Amino acid sequence: MTVTLGPPLTDAPALILADQAPPAVRRRPRLRPGLLAAGAYLVLLVVAAAWPAALAPGDPLAADPLAVLTPPDAAHWLGTDHLGRDVWTRVVHGAAHSLTIGVAATAIAVTGGVLLGLLAGLAHRVADEALSRTLDALSAFPMLLLALLFIAIAGPGTVSLIVAIGIATLPHHARVVRGQTLVVRRSGYVEQAVTFGQSRPRLVLRHVLPNVVGPVPVLAVIGLGEAVLAAAGLSFLGMGPQPPSPEWGAMLSEGRNYLQVAWWISILPGLAVTATVVSLTVVGRHWQARFDGRRH
Amino acid sequence: MSRPPVRAVARRLGAGLVVLWVAATAAYLALLAAPGDTVDNIVGDGADTPQIRAEIIAEWGLNRPVLVQYVDYLSRLGGGDLGRSYLLQRPVTEVIGEQLAPTLALAAAAAGLGVLLALLIAVSTAGDRRPWLRRASSGTELLLVSTPSFLIGLVLLSVLSFRFGLFPVAGDQGVTALVLPAVTLALPIAGVLAQVLRDGIDRALDEPFVLTARSRGVRERTVLLRHALRHALLPAVTLAGWLFGILLGGTVIVEQVFGRPGLGQVTLTAVTSRDMPVVLAVVTLSAAVYVVVNTAADLAYLLVDPRLRRS
Amino acid sequence: MAPLVTVEDLHVDFDTPTGRVAAVRGISFTVERGECVAVVGESGSGKSVTARTLVGLAGPGARVRAARLELADQDVRGHRPRDWRRVRGRLAGLVLQDALVSLDPLRTVGAEIGEVLTTHGIVGRRERAGRVGHLLDQVHLPEPERRARQYPHQLSGGLRQRALIASAIAGEPALLIADEPTTALDVTVQAQILRLLAERRAAGVSLLLISHDLAVVAQIADRVLVLRDGRIVEHGPTDTLLRAPTHPYTRQLLAAVPSATSRGRRLGVSESGEARAALPARPEVRADDTVLDAAGLTKTYGDHTVVRDVSFTIARGETLGLVGESGSGKSTVARIVAGLLDADAGAVTFEGVRWAGVPERTRRPLRRRLQLISQDPLSSFDPRYTVGRVVAENLGGDVSRSERRDRVVDLLRRVGLGADLFDRHPRHLSGGQRQRVAIARAIAPRPTLLVCDEPVSALDVSVQAQVLDLLADLRATDGTALLFISHDLGVVHHLSDRVLVMHDGAVVEQGPVGDVFSYPRHDYTRSLLDALPTLVTAGRP
Repeated sequence: MTVTLGPPLTDAPALILADQAPPAVRRRPRLRPGLLAAGAYLVLLVVAAAWPAALAPGDPLAADPLAVLTPPDAAHWLGTDHLGRDVWTRVVHGAAHSLTIGVAATAIAVTGGVLLGLLAGLAHRVADEALSRTLDALSAFPMLLLALLFIAIAGPGTVSLIVAIGIATLPHHARVVRGQTLVVRRSGYVEQAVTFGQSRPRLVLRHVLPNVVGPVPVLAVIGLGEAVLAAAGLSFLGMGPQPPSPEWGAMLSEGRNYLQVAWWISILPGLAVTATVVSLTVVGRHWQARFDGRRH
Repeated sequence: MSRPPVRAVARRLGAGLVVLWVAATAAYLALLAAPGDTVDNIVGDGADTPQIRAEIIAEWGLNRPVLVQYVDYLSRLGGGDLGRSYLLQRPVTEVIGEQLAPTLALAAAAAGLGVLLALLIAVSTAGDRRPWLRRASSGTELLLVSTPSFLIGLVLLSVLSFRFGLFPVAGDQGVTALVLPAVTLALPIAGVLAQVLRDGIDRALDEPFVLTARSRGVRERTVLLRHALRHALLPAVTLAGWLFGILLGGTVIVEQVFGRPGLGQVTLTAVTSRDMPVVLAVVTLSAAVYVVVNTAADLAYLLVDPRLRRS
Repeated sequence: MAPLVTVEDLHVDFDTPTGRVAAVRGISFTVERGECVAVVGESGSGKSVTARTLVGLAGPGARVRAARLELADQDVRGHRPRDWRRVRGRLAGLVLQDALVSLDPLRTVGAEIGEVLTTHGIVGRRERAGRVGHLLDQVHLPEPERRARQYPHQLSGGLRQRALIASAIAGEPALLIADEPTTALDVTVQAQILRLLAERRAAGVSLLLISHDLAVVAQIADRVLVLRDGRIVEHGPTDTLLRAPTHPYTRQLLAAVPSATSRGRRLGVSESGEARAALPARPEVRADDTVLDAAGLTKTYGDHTVVRDVSFTIARGETLGLVGESGSGKSTVARIVAGLLDADAGAVTFEGVRWAGVPERTRRPLRRRLQLISQDPLSSFDPRYTVGRVVAENLGGDVSRSERRDRVVDLLRRVGLGADLFDRHPRHLSGGQRQRVAIARAIAPRPTLLVCDEPVSALDVSVQAQVLDLLADLRATDGTALLFISHDLGVVHHLSDRVLVMHDGAVVEQGPVGDVFSYPRHDYTRSLLDALPTLVTAGRP
């Protein structure tokens, strides 16, 4: 090569500059009103579920024959229903039902999903194939119908609603976890760790489990929204807590007959469901985005 | 076109069959797991004497070994025999067949409307041309996806039927009665699909081949429709099975809201009266259709994406 | 006649969430008709943005300012989208890197080329197929009619790239902008594509060639612009610029290119600021002391044999280079040697112990004496780990917690990284820093053999220079043997003692580096060397 060696370079640090680290993305101080509102609503929801009297001191079952189908006013913020029960009080007290069912069902689905998914993802090929096909088959049943099938066997009620939704959403979680397990198992860092002479159990404990289980809480938050939605639907069909329980879906179902004269009985509990699911999704997505940002 | 990818098609069909078999078996296990005596369920509220019980056992073949009953169940299922309804004492195929048409009409209308809406929304809001429209539409989509379909139905009813009297409140007479239920069912579908499609289009727009297409002087609309949308359709196709599940579950609720006859009503009645053959038939049937839809989607994937045709 | 392209004081800024970033900061140049101008620079130099600005595709959020920006006597500064559409494809065609992703994978090659023809109404529907065939013929694609009906993935890398060029010249533009047109290609294919581009220029088309590789550019460019941080640091006729560069950066770039003549010398700038300083002496190769012995390795997937009867030995302290093009099976050999993949046949002995085809349990105690460095360090780090944890993981179990930090900091220092990186996350580091972290981790257990699989392929040339210098330093101090795998003959020539040339899964030639590269005996080696673009040299034939 004829490139002549010139005088000592005056500009030596230049080469270091060329190898730039990716710019650190500054946490944007931007206010996120949507996220804030969602968080506030969820806090309110938890308070309503844990201590409903703080928000609505009345009795959700107390009927007032003198104030039947009153539109929203100062005494009854959200009006009263066909038995004269205060809709606000019932909506607040209903939070416990929806949250309990949602959380319990999600716990079943996520726990079962993680266990089965890990098992399939870590198992030998034959076992994985068998498990995966079973999961495929379970996913073939539409969620709502699978839940209905379970209720047909076990009978309606809160407990069977929980188990029904839990079982019906389990295959989805299991498949996601299995996929994630396979990705991690085949990842460069697990392969690299093999060359460090680590044993298989150690590899699984150190690298596979943490990286698979890490995103699970995010999944659970988004799954919780779906479970709440499913619970409302099944209760609406009369498969959940039975009247006069102030469950949101059941309230809608009861209020349907008075839709023409008193929209508030059914629409307002419905909006509570929507707000819950929207808030959970907003918070879950935000969390997920931050999670992804941390990994890539 | 290259030679048909026989092996790829055969593998997918085979996988579908396996899923179908497992699903049928799962349904059968569910029946076995059901508490209470099958005979009790069949007898229901009717006359209950030892003689009647014996007749039922003989008629339904309940005294045979479980395995024999299972094989019998599978072979009858394979032949299209879904058993007899405990409640109505009629073949399940008849019971379901009678109620299939209104549900199919509803599902088809909702699916068509949902897909169309989603395409329109996704194409008009993808890319970074109109950020405000994009934000508005993704907010609406989130709202639609998060709202229980019965609430959507009830809101539509109270505004359009009760307030303005535009559509009938209930029943299945004519096309006008189909509009609200179909819209109710289509909106959440459109919400989910629009999100998936827009994500897909956005991802495709970042690909080098889009830059190449633009560098040819192609219009932005052509870039979107000819290049990006096709790539976005790929992930959307895999949602076909999910879409079908939402449709089936959704019709149960929507039929209830709008008082429409159909498969949903049949299912609900069967669930509350524990008419297991009917429940099982609906569940197994929907699994079967799911498998068919999903296999078709997989094959459509092969059609859209030439890269997968290598067998 | 005015130049085809006139650019004066061009600035391109990008609006990003974190503020405005300047990509191009006031550059000026011209391209005459029938001329080939090359823009050379490392990543982040603004070379691609400059090229794309000429067709109005600088990217989302781009703000373009210029005193003059003229294309074929048109002032394009105020161009609206529809005006740009008339420029693109018709006045200027764009060729990107890697046609596998730069051609729509869901459409046939013919449809992609035809798109230009219909967009600009060049030929009617009936003549379209004929014209597409003619264009494919022009870029020397055999069986043009059949190829037009095929999809990009059905063509080889070279054929795809030809098809991409055909689509760029379909509108008969006076200017062809080629942005890293040969970067993803094997060296023999690269030579063919460069010939094809030269042919277009001979046919009267102006070329604006964007590349990171000075050697590639030297083949066909009339003039070269060297870009750094959005500014032109030096420009001039190719010959003059390469022979007598005046700017220190250009000199650094040239000095950083590894080759036969750089053997034994530093590629990067030494601490005293001196270029091409001498490297420490190579470790003594003890030919009688074999570290690794591979015999008759064969690996088959389905009916495709990717590795065929490959045998070699590596002596203590020796660096064995393994070169081959993509698909030659060299990475498979690396994985077999690293004990990550079992061969179908053949034997590997490491440190005198059977290494291949034995249960993992017997291999495990020896694992730490053979370490692997891969092309993509980031994917080899657990995404949850900090730099400190990444390195500490390979320290072994007998290190106390307090000792651990000191040991890691010491290792980081050895690879030229500060202790301040200990708690940083690898994804916030640069490519060069990441590879250093990977090297620090690999040398932690003091291995006798380092398997390096394309360790510098993803790096800019100046960063590559630093990493290669680092490997040479470590080799000298630790006496580590290296199995160095690369597609880059220059890199292998620079670093290796002996070399193995692989082609289609088999070793076609092996021997001391000087012998093989100076007097190749096998036709394939010869074709590789012939295709190798070399910088203008006086000392070489």
